Amino acid sequence: MTEITATRTENTRLQRIGAVLRDVMARPSGAIGLTLVVLHLVLAIVSPWIVPYDYKAMDSLQMLKPPSGAHWLGTDHLGRDVLTRTLMGGREALLVTGIATPIAVIWGGFVGIFFGLVGGRLDEVLMRVVDAFLSLPWILKMLVLIVTFGTGIEVLIPTLAFFYGIPVIRIARAATHDVVARDFVSAARARGHGRITIIRRELLPNVLDTLMVEGAMRWSWMLLAFSSLSFLGFGVSPPTPDWGLMIADGRGLMSFAPWGVLAPVVALSSLIIGINLTADALAKALGIDRAQKAPV
Amino acid sequence: MSALIDIRDVSVGFTGRDGRTREVLRNIDLTVAPGESVGLVGESGSGKSTLAFAAMGYLKRGLRLLGGSAAFNGNDMFARSRQELERIRGGQLALIPQNSGQSLTPTLRIGAQLGEALRLHSALPVGQHGARVIELLSQVRLPDPEGIVARFPHELSGGQQQRVAIAMALAGDPVALLLDEPTTGLDVTTQAHILELLRDIAAERGMAMVYVSHDLGAIARVCDRVVVMYAGEVVLEGPTRQVLRAPAHPYAQGLLASIPRLDDATLPVALDGRPPAPGEAGAGCAFADRCALVQDKCRATRPPLAAVESGERVRCFFADEARRDRGRRKGAAPVRYSRDSAMLTLDDLSISYARPHLIDQLLGRSSDLLPTVDDISITIGKGETLGLVGESGSGKSTILKTIAGLLPPAGGTVAVGDHPLPRLVEQRDPNQLRQIQLIFQNPDDSLNPRHTVADILEQPLKLYYGLSSTDLRARSVQVLERVRLGAHYLDRLPSQLSGGEKQRVAIARAFAADPEIVLCDEVTSALDVSVQAAVMDLLNDLKATQGTTYVFVSHDLAVVRALSDRVAVLYQGRLCEIGQTDHVFSGVSHPYTEVLLGAVLEPDPDTAPTLTADDVVERAPPAQGCPFQRRCPRKVGTICETDTPPWQSNGGDHAIRCHIAREDLA
Repeated sequence: MTEITATRTENTRLQRIGAVLRDVMARPSGAIGLTLVVLHLVLAIVSPWIVPYDYKAMDSLQMLKPPSGAHWLGTDHLGRDVLTRTLMGGREALLVTGIATPIAVIWGGFVGIFFGLVGGRLDEVLMRVVDAFLSLPWILKMLVLIVTFGTGIEVLIPTLAFFYGIPVIRIARAATHDVVARDFVSAARARGHGRITIIRRELLPNVLDTLMVEGAMRWSWMLLAFSSLSFLGFGVSPPTPDWGLMIADGRGLMSFAPWGVLAPVVALSSLIIGINLTADALAKALGIDRAQKAPV
Repeated sequence: MSALIDIRDVSVGFTGRDGRTREVLRNIDLTVAPGESVGLVGESGSGKSTLAFAAMGYLKRGLRLLGGSAAFNGNDMFARSRQELERIRGGQLALIPQNSGQSLTPTLRIGAQLGEALRLHSALPVGQHGARVIELLSQVRLPDPEGIVARFPHELSGGQQQRVAIAMALAGDPVALLLDEPTTGLDVTTQAHILELLRDIAAERGMAMVYVSHDLGAIARVCDRVVVMYAGEVVLEGPTRQVLRAPAHPYAQGLLASIPRLDDATLPVALDGRPPAPGEAGAGCAFADRCALVQDKCRATRPPLAAVESGERVRCFFADEARRDRGRRKGAAPVRYSRDSAMLTLDDLSISYARPHLIDQLLGRSSDLLPTVDDISITIGKGETLGLVGESGSGKSTILKTIAGLLPPAGGTVAVGDHPLPRLVEQRDPNQLRQIQLIFQNPDDSLNPRHTVADILEQPLKLYYGLSSTDLRARSVQVLERVRLGAHYLDRLPSQLSGGEKQRVAIARAFAADPEIVLCDEVTSALDVSVQAAVMDLLNDLKATQGTTYVFVSHDLAVVRALSDRVAVLYQGRLCEIGQTDHVFSGVSHPYTEVLLGAVLEPDPDTAPTLTADDVVERAPPAQGCPFQRRCPRKVGTICETDTPPWQSNGGDHAIRCHIAREDLA
């Protein structure tokens, strides 16, 4: 047998992460998406030090002014600087969703892998419960919890994490089913490896990719949900700047002061589009067919 | 006569990430006359399917036509509009794909699918469609066409689905059929029946066929002319008899030598090396690196596809030498062991997949379903290889799973030496686990894609021997060398290996445990023939050096013949015949064995399969009597339906389970 003389490849974990990142950046969707996401994250972190005005400083003489040299994006109905509030308006949303997303993926992932492994009748019954849960409109479920426990980060984070972990169960379970049916799992069983070793060595590396992509998707859905709650007045309370809140405030004045709505809308959309594009490129780089695994 | 399909100087390629264009097909010329049947053969990646699709004017996504033209019936297929192509494809030029079960719409009844094909591709008024559908179904020799019309694809067997796919292709009254591996994945008997059908239909209708296959046996049966492809080029083209009898190209020579033969008990000769990847072939002959006759000239210039006196076209400078070279290659004799002490004993083993219904479980009723595998008693000697053969669904793999402890038996025991094994793998002790190792059919599925070769090999070493990390690496290298791979493979991922290399790693993993018994589940069937030969050679070698006992499951009788000391024939999970390989494959045999042997296709145009039983696939074994009673061509009478046939022995270890007297079975 002639041996192929390819260059020695190391295939360490670090190299794989590097290779995937390079692959994501090499795709137009990945390059644009990742740039948008990173830009938003950096702005959210540094905005308190770079904004031109105090976000809660009102100015009764400068109400609803169009964009100008002093106020690049104009002012709102209380005379607050829209640029300042837009730059800072994502901080709360990113903080809440940034904590809630990993929690959702981890708990949903664990439960899903467990269901996928157990299989059989228990799995069938539990999945129907999950389906029943998914069939309810999300906003209804969240409002019930918020009305019961009140608003605030300490309620929003667990609420979002809980509800957005449920669709992750489905995905993790499906991914587990795919892997468990493959011969390398049978091979490990036949060799006599323990259950924990099989999960850790054979299963997890193959399921984690799917969960990563799913996590990115959940993140963008969660941002949208958080902003919607703020829009309805159940998320961030004024005067803290928030995109959802700003859209709600400026909505009535849209016909003669569109800048008050346009700025937060552009900010929120660009972040969500950025996350989606990144997730898409990531899925392709990892070789996951996302079309099949699209959430409900 | 003008050509029906006329492919001229076609080159097809793709542009990689690095911007380089790599050619998948290089300057192909191919003509097919009306009514002619042409076979395209080659290993995977040789471009044979791409060429067949190019004849339809279709290229897979990412591929581009780099030059040349493909004409069908005077239409330049790459210059036509989509509407025109849609009219031609499926009408005059029809395709029969590899996996017809997947190409039929699962939610449409067979009648509706065929009706749709008629609506799109025939001028027949809608009122006559029903009658035409029945006619088409009977043309493909489906029994009870009126009944089939109302069925869904999943209610049909693989062979029946393939017949429906053929009927669909015939709906538009094609003048040419393209067949892409149409019988791959079907059982031997079904394959033989489908090929006979295709031959008949092509002859009746005067249809041309382009038959793409890696199986020279099938090609020999169906094709008038063979085109051998290698690395995107035609290397040999000529009448089937000449190409298969006296191949004038060293590659075709090697390909033929690597096919195991039923009438030859020696191991096939492996073709070393692997073909260049697209764009990798140098200035010279693409086959130069693997060729035994290579000269400096071959590496410097690419040989032209030149006509030789005997009528073929050959891409080789040394066609005459290549032809003479034949006969010098001789396969190694397989290692044979005689039975002395028993290594593995299966005693009255029965296995059941059926789980009792919930209500039956609650009421404590026992299920009346028959076990999938029943009444299996076999003793395998130390160092012996037992071949298990039978069609799909015969329970071959199920038995292996039960021996490995992955599936608990419903009754009976598995014993190693004198010690019965616990039913399930979780109950076995480390030494019992180490003794038995399993190799799977498809290495893509049995190797974790996220583990490097080192990770893969270290698992059994750590588990059974508890080696430290420095010892692990050194031992892994030894294990790899045993399967003729070098240390530099350790850090590769499975995706960076070829199919044959992957299977070697899987074999290395099994042998890392120094097992006494290795269970091989169709280990060569996912591989190209030349690679298959190398893997067979390796298994034979390991048997000689390690004294391993194999249980070798395969649907390929020729592979089993070359590797096994003894063979057991299974039908519907019941033993029909067991004995020494030579006894089973020649002389007196069970009617089912006879059917199986008759359906085997040899890569020789002068042999024809003998088809005695029909190819109906049974879903469940009969409740009593002989398991083969419903299909048996030599059924005696009601005794076959009521009484379990007796074992008839030749006094030695060859035994047949049949009601017919042994003397009359010859």
